Amino acid sequence: MPSTTFETVIGLEVHVELHTNSKIFCGCSTSFGAPPNTHTCPICLGHPGVLPVLNKQAVEYAMKAAMALNCEIADISKFDRKNYFYPDSPKAYQISQYDQPIGRNGWIDIEVDGKTKRITIDRLHLEEDAGKLTHMEGGFGSLVDFNRVGTPLVEIVSNPDIRSAQEAEAYMQKLRAIMQYCDVSDVKMEEGSLRCDVNISLRPVGQEEYGTKTELKNMNSFRGVVRGTEYEVERQTDILEDGGTIVQETRRWDESQGRTLSMRSKEEAHDYRYFPDPDLVTLHIDEEWKERVRATIPELPDARKARYASEFGLSSYDADVLTSSKKLADLLEESLNYTKDAKAVANWIMGDLLGYLNQNSKEIDDVMLNGQNLGEMIGLIEKGTISNKIAKTVFKEMLESGKAPQAIVEEKGLVQISDEGAIRGIVEQIVAANPQSVEDYRAGKERAIGFLVGQVMRETKGKANPTLVNELLVDVLKQA
Amino acid sequence: MSINLHDVEHVAKLARLLLTDEEKERYTDQLNAILKYADKLNELNTDDVQPTTHVLPIRNVMREDEVRPSLDREHVMKNAPEEEDGQFRVPAVLE
Amino acid sequence: MTPLDYTLAELKQQLSARTLSATELTDAVFARIAATDGTVQAFLTLNEEQARAEAHRYDDKYVQGEGLGALAGIPAGIKDNIITEGLRTTCASRFLDNFVPVHDAFVSRKLKEAGVITAGKLNMDEFAMGGSNENSAYQVTRNPWDVERVPGGSSGGSAAAVAAGQVPFSLGSDTGGSIRQPASYCGIVGLKPTYGLISRFGLVAFASSLDQIGPLTRTVEDSAHVLQAIAGHDTMDSTSANVDIPDYAAALQGDVRGLRIGVPKEYMSEGVDPKVKQAVLDALQTFESLGATWEEVSLPHTEYAVAAYYLLASSEASSNLSRFDGVRYGVRAENPDNLIDLYFKSRSEGFGSEVKRRIMLGTYALSSGYYDAYYLKAQKVRTLIKQDFDQAFQKYDLLIGPTAPTTAFKIGEQINNPLQMYMNDILTIPVSLAGVPAISVPCGMADGLPVGLQIIGKPFDESAVLRAAHLFEQATEHHKLRPQL
Repeated sequence: MPSTTFETVIGLEVHVELHTNSKIFCGCSTSFGAPPNTHTCPICLGHPGVLPVLNKQAVEYAMKAAMALNCEIADISKFDRKNYFYPDSPKAYQISQYDQPIGRNGWIDIEVDGKTKRITIDRLHLEEDAGKLTHMEGGFGSLVDFNRVGTPLVEIVSNPDIRSAQEAEAYMQKLRAIMQYCDVSDVKMEEGSLRCDVNISLRPVGQEEYGTKTELKNMNSFRGVVRGTEYEVERQTDILEDGGTIVQETRRWDESQGRTLSMRSKEEAHDYRYFPDPDLVTLHIDEEWKERVRATIPELPDARKARYASEFGLSSYDADVLTSSKKLADLLEESLNYTKDAKAVANWIMGDLLGYLNQNSKEIDDVMLNGQNLGEMIGLIEKGTISNKIAKTVFKEMLESGKAPQAIVEEKGLVQISDEGAIRGIVEQIVAANPQSVEDYRAGKERAIGFLVGQVMRETKGKANPTLVNELLVDVLKQA
Repeated sequence: MSINLHDVEHVAKLARLLLTDEEKERYTDQLNAILKYADKLNELNTDDVQPTTHVLPIRNVMREDEVRPSLDREHVMKNAPEEEDGQFRVPAVLE
Repeated sequence: MTPLDYTLAELKQQLSARTLSATELTDAVFARIAATDGTVQAFLTLNEEQARAEAHRYDDKYVQGEGLGALAGIPAGIKDNIITEGLRTTCASRFLDNFVPVHDAFVSRKLKEAGVITAGKLNMDEFAMGGSNENSAYQVTRNPWDVERVPGGSSGGSAAAVAAGQVPFSLGSDTGGSIRQPASYCGIVGLKPTYGLISRFGLVAFASSLDQIGPLTRTVEDSAHVLQAIAGHDTMDSTSANVDIPDYAAALQGDVRGLRIGVPKEYMSEGVDPKVKQAVLDALQTFESLGATWEEVSLPHTEYAVAAYYLLASSEASSNLSRFDGVRYGVRAENPDNLIDLYFKSRSEGFGSEVKRRIMLGTYALSSGYYDAYYLKAQKVRTLIKQDFDQAFQKYDLLIGPTAPTTAFKIGEQINNPLQMYMNDILTIPVSLAGVPAISVPCGMADGLPVGLQIIGKPFDESAVLRAAHLFEQATEHHKLRPQL
């Protein structure tokens, strides 16, 4: 039997918590990490008789996010109740938006393997977050903390345009960047302010209709999105190749086991019984309001990326990496107030900074680097005050202490030795002490000079100006 | 339209109500009587009628994004059937 | 005459003149409750100790002549679906048997600001679902005119307490007639204001798009005073109207000369008891003698109102009552096997049969495949009913008819036929769906039982409704009748 080739079809439902000061329907704080149930009130606890009043900032953040995703903004929007029982949902309904969401028909472009692809977005709607359940050890019960309940969320639903785990990740990264640029969310997956559900199905290549999908719920890391999706694609492929059928179900990604598991408790068919929430009134969004919000949207990643290529001559890849995070891009631009060498700044950010963060599992917020320090450090290299090699030491110190490069250089005596007389003396010493290398050099082994340079640098603790060392070595060797 | 015993069981499940057999029978009969009565609405052609959710022409009611004091936890927990470590305790949620 | 026979204006005047103390008045209230509530069974929870302490406080204030609220030192009863900080609020449901609110409803706060002393919480049909008080999980309140009969509902406790002279006034809530119908059955004045005039914050929701709080009083003037105390915009209720609040007592002045009254012919049809109809016709004659004119008008969609109402109200209720899950408050079932079991048992043990029936109906009407046929259809019919009123009010200043088709019925008489029970609200429900204000005032007796006249006004025109009701009341003696207990 000829084996069928399958195409992966993926759609994402992404939840982004909006970083308003107060909750969407009451005045409780939305700040993260407070002791359980201390950011709650009768309204978000769903006491009898309480009523919701909509937070205007949440609406405007949602509009801003929708606009940044190229959505059409509704003229009239409303809120509906989504009814279901679960202990993290105090009213046993979630206030959400059913048929009149704030945003519709948007898109973003992602880049995978150097190719740009457009992913279309079906809708963006505003809703309230649920509380947090913790399961007690031994299965004796669960505990509910309602601090998070009522935090405003936007749910962004993509069309099934995504074809691979890599595209899914790129889409998530791009969404995160856009939300960051718009300053509507902290978009921290580890704190749950960015989460997603991944809908995955396969179909024979060329087939129009979609296959049966499974839904991976509550993915809370980029790595999870990629690995979970890859696992699920493989699992479904195996089933289909064996002639089996996919069961439509909700699954969860178990990071420790490295596989997806069926969530049987959610098996019961849902009937959310959506209906317009009679406690809230409709939103009428006129052009003037739309324009006022639109004016608050800053330059977005794609625009910056294009500008970095044209203005700074950065490669498309570099510009993409740098604009993928607003903080990196802002760092670059701040640095350029202190140096003109954009490529050098880009290299330091992409090489040493990202390398350091990666190695130490840190976020950019965890280090003390600022644009002025980075710009000035590059200036010191340009002036020859420090070598590139020394700069690496200075850079690491800047990350960890936040001190200015000049101060670090002075404190640690890292100023480059560019005094020709001083270096010549050391070069002569090294040449005298390494006759074998001198012989090798004369025999045409160019590599020998590298060894001698290394010895000089070692003797000067790396502070000798490397260009000068090279020049002087050649000169001394000629004379010897 | 009419509602049968099976529908009543399904609806009771959605509403998280446990009904005795006697209640199921009774609600089937009573809901059928009410729904039959409600069928009279179909005498009216409402194709071009807008639904009314609100009688008042109120729109765009919003509050400023200001934090207001939350309840102290003693009051949060005052009516709690079961509390543990400042949280509401429930029987295990089966995954 | 005892202090309990005075109007609110008289009470205030006597308290200010210090010919009556708040303590004497409060003592009289609790003495009357002690003497009659064994029979009437209007109160679910008494606030006696607190009330007496407050009375003392007000007496001190009166002595010091401090700035005092409009109703300072006057006790009142509050329907038990309006939350009161620190005072048990059950909605007459087993589920909330132990529920003590941690804050006040908007109206509870407004009453406190006006100086009102809360005497206690009043019985009702569970979660305001019913028209007889037989659906209370605790007790069946009796009609003071005939203790074999229901006081009406759902604000039956609120109406009976006022009719029995236990409190000078009370607050109730009206979703499809729950203030007006018991006022009619108990021979007192009950006002359902325009939807949005009074904040619903702290009113335990039955049907959010219909619920409205209002006063139950012995006179129309009292109704105006209480309305004044509780009306006004509330930023905590998105559906609270931001309108100017007139001086309602001042609005009682004037006359009804030239007033155009429409009498919906559908409200005077065969279903209405002939004696009730006669009392209404007599009342219309009184209005004519006062200089008003009346003629028949048609509200053609009246016959669809009950069906639309039960679908809409039950749908909203099914969602509103989902929060009663036994997780954060209320009575949790003992020893549940697991979480799902906790929900099923707590809700099944906590709710009575009428509440379950409406939750079932509402859940069904909203469920997948039926939404358009029931909920959406009912919302569209609601539009047609509202249009009936809009059109009538283009021609008439007020609409007048009976409040209920009959007088109070016997306890147990309709309990097994929900549909028949729903028909008692046939004349109040259309008004609720349209969201317009209406008052029930006593307009006579039929076989020893009070009959109520319903006066319906334009949105936010409570002034016109109150003025007409007041002039009618002053021209008649019905409101002076008292039941013998």
